[in-house]
Amino acid sequence: MATQTVHHTAMTLSDHLPILQILIPFIAAPLIVFIGQRKLAWPIAFIASATSFVIACLLLSKVIDGSVISYQIGGWAPPLGIEYRVDAANAFVLFLITGIATLVLPYARQSVGSEMPHKTQTLFYALFLLCMTGLLGVTITADAFNVFVFLEISSLSTYVLIAQGSYRDRRALTAAFNYLIMGTIGATFFVIGLGFLYMATGTLNMADLADKLTGQYESRTVQAGFAFILVGMGLKVAIFPLHFWLPNAYTYAPSAVTTFLAATATKVAIYVLLRFVFSVFQPAFLAETSTLEIIFYPFALLAMFAASFTAIFQRDLKRMLAYSSIAQIGYMLLGIALLSETGLMATIIHLFNHGITKAALFMGVGAYVLRSGSSFYVQIQGLGKTMPWTSAAVIIGGLSLIGVPGTAGFLSKWLLVQAALEQGYWPISILIVASSLLAVIYVWRLVETLYLSTPSSEQTIQEAPLSMLLPLWAMALACIYFGFETDITLGAAKAAAQALLAGSSGMMN
Amino acid sequence: MHFFTSEFFFGHINYWLFIVLMMTGLYIVIGKGNLVKKIVGLNIFQTSVFMFYISMGKISGGTAPIFPLDGKYDPEIAYSNPLPHVLILTAIVVGIATTSLGLALIIRIREEYHCIEEEEITVIEDAVFRGEYLQAKSQGKTL
Repeated sequence: MATQTVHHTAMTLSDHLPILQILIPFIAAPLIVFIGQRKLAWPIAFIASATSFVIACLLLSKVIDGSVISYQIGGWAPPLGIEYRVDAANAFVLFLITGIATLVLPYARQSVGSEMPHKTQTLFYALFLLCMTGLLGVTITADAFNVFVFLEISSLSTYVLIAQGSYRDRRALTAAFNYLIMGTIGATFFVIGLGFLYMATGTLNMADLADKLTGQYESRTVQAGFAFILVGMGLKVAIFPLHFWLPNAYTYAPSAVTTFLAATATKVAIYVLLRFVFSVFQPAFLAETSTLEIIFYPFALLAMFAASFTAIFQRDLKRMLAYSSIAQIGYMLLGIALLSETGLMATIIHLFNHGITKAALFMGVGAYVLRSGSSFYVQIQGLGKTMPWTSAAVIIGGLSLIGVPGTAGFLSKWLLVQAALEQGYWPISILIVASSLLAVIYVWRLVETLYLSTPSSEQTIQEAPLSMLLPLWAMALACIYFGFETDITLGAAKAAAQALLAGSSGMMN
Repeated sequence: MHFFTSEFFFGHINYWLFIVLMMTGLYIVIGKGNLVKKIVGLNIFQTSVFMFYISMGKISGGTAPIFPLDGKYDPEIAYSNPLPHVLILTAIVVGIATTSLGLALIIRIREEYHCIEEEEITVIEDAVFRGEYLQAKSQGKTL
């Protein structure tokens, strides 16, 4: 140990970016609580998340060419010390989380103001930042146990954020409680899995784990560890049969919280799954245990159809979108299951595109809730005429959800179909298109409700305030922008997919 | 593979107990309708993991891994692995946070629903859901 030379040459501020990414929201959160001023809470939260966003952009620009930044916490060299590691895959996810947070906060000001009492709003912003810290930490760390710690930071704050919906509907409390039970079981399964891996290797650094696991793939301990990690993370991802916490949690949480969670939380869990399946375990391990055939394919396809089908029959727009989220997770799993560069690119791009699409849609829902009181279809009938700007943005989001050419959603579905065809799995590509038709049905139902039916009440409903419209339109325009300007997403996804498929050699350089 | 030998059972007694505790906890979480009992089950489930980690780091005959101050340590002495123990300290803290949050939620649920039995809560929620449906039906034309 003592003979190891410590390479701690981080001297300038830009060398410390990886840790600042976590520290800024992490310090701002207690700061808000200590200051305790409702007027100051929002500016602090916004400055913290905007700064994080700038840092994430800087990190992404550094690693988009495929290079890797390794940051040693406290100068302790890995594998003994905790390491933060930024590569194209997680820089892209960091960019998504901070970007969404920075846009959700201006939106949240009005939305939270109407959905929550004054006294809890200060704490709301503190929790929002803590949740963001947890998600960023899960993404950036290269230490397996650190993933668990950050995961619990984000989860615990998420449960509280969801429960804040109880001021509008008491069912938010039971939704939060059920998520707490499921989420804790998931996280604990994840820790058990890590325990098994530690028994087999004696290390927790991901790159080191990857190295020491090679050659042990037939060990029962390692396989049990993999199974526990997969199920544990599967609960967080809401992989189809493990999704029961999601619809209620998304439906009854405050609109701003739903927007943030739908766009980031499940995406981060998907990223962890990618990291463990491809970096810690290698594609060779997947070939040995038939995980993909038995778990990923059937559940991904089931999610695509069952959840889309359920979405069609919902009476509440917010709940419909929650079910559609479960279906979209199916597409991402399918990309992983195809086990090719194109498939992984599709997963990573869909992760991003679906994040911005769902953010736009849930922001629209929040605007409807603010003006009409709820998001039931009967309540939002005919709002296309009274709230034209909100509705137009929601329709753009809906088109991106279907995957209409010219929107972000098209790119990822196109890649997914291509990946399936490359492997010669043409029935799967047909199923992808068929399930997209189900999306056409539920989005058409939305169009019909908004534009073709007469308003249910005579009262005049105003357009949403500008502070909500601007973030909403920023997201809607992003859906179009990333549909045409594909260099950023494709470039980052390609670098990320290559890094992931390269396995440990990609992590060790 | 030496299944069903005494070594297989007693040699791994800590792992057997881990599994028994884990399954007991999971069963209570899933099988009991009382929300407080669910939290108790969750605690037992988490405790089983603590036991798993702690026994993993223990070496028979191993002592506490404290480095002597004068730097002269006896290479004959076996030390237990402290890392899993430290990890589980973190997990215990997380467990306490989860328990307190869960209990706080139960208090709020009791204030709103006046009960903490899952079945009774489901009945209330179903009634609310039906009410919403009937209201929607009376207002809407396209349902």
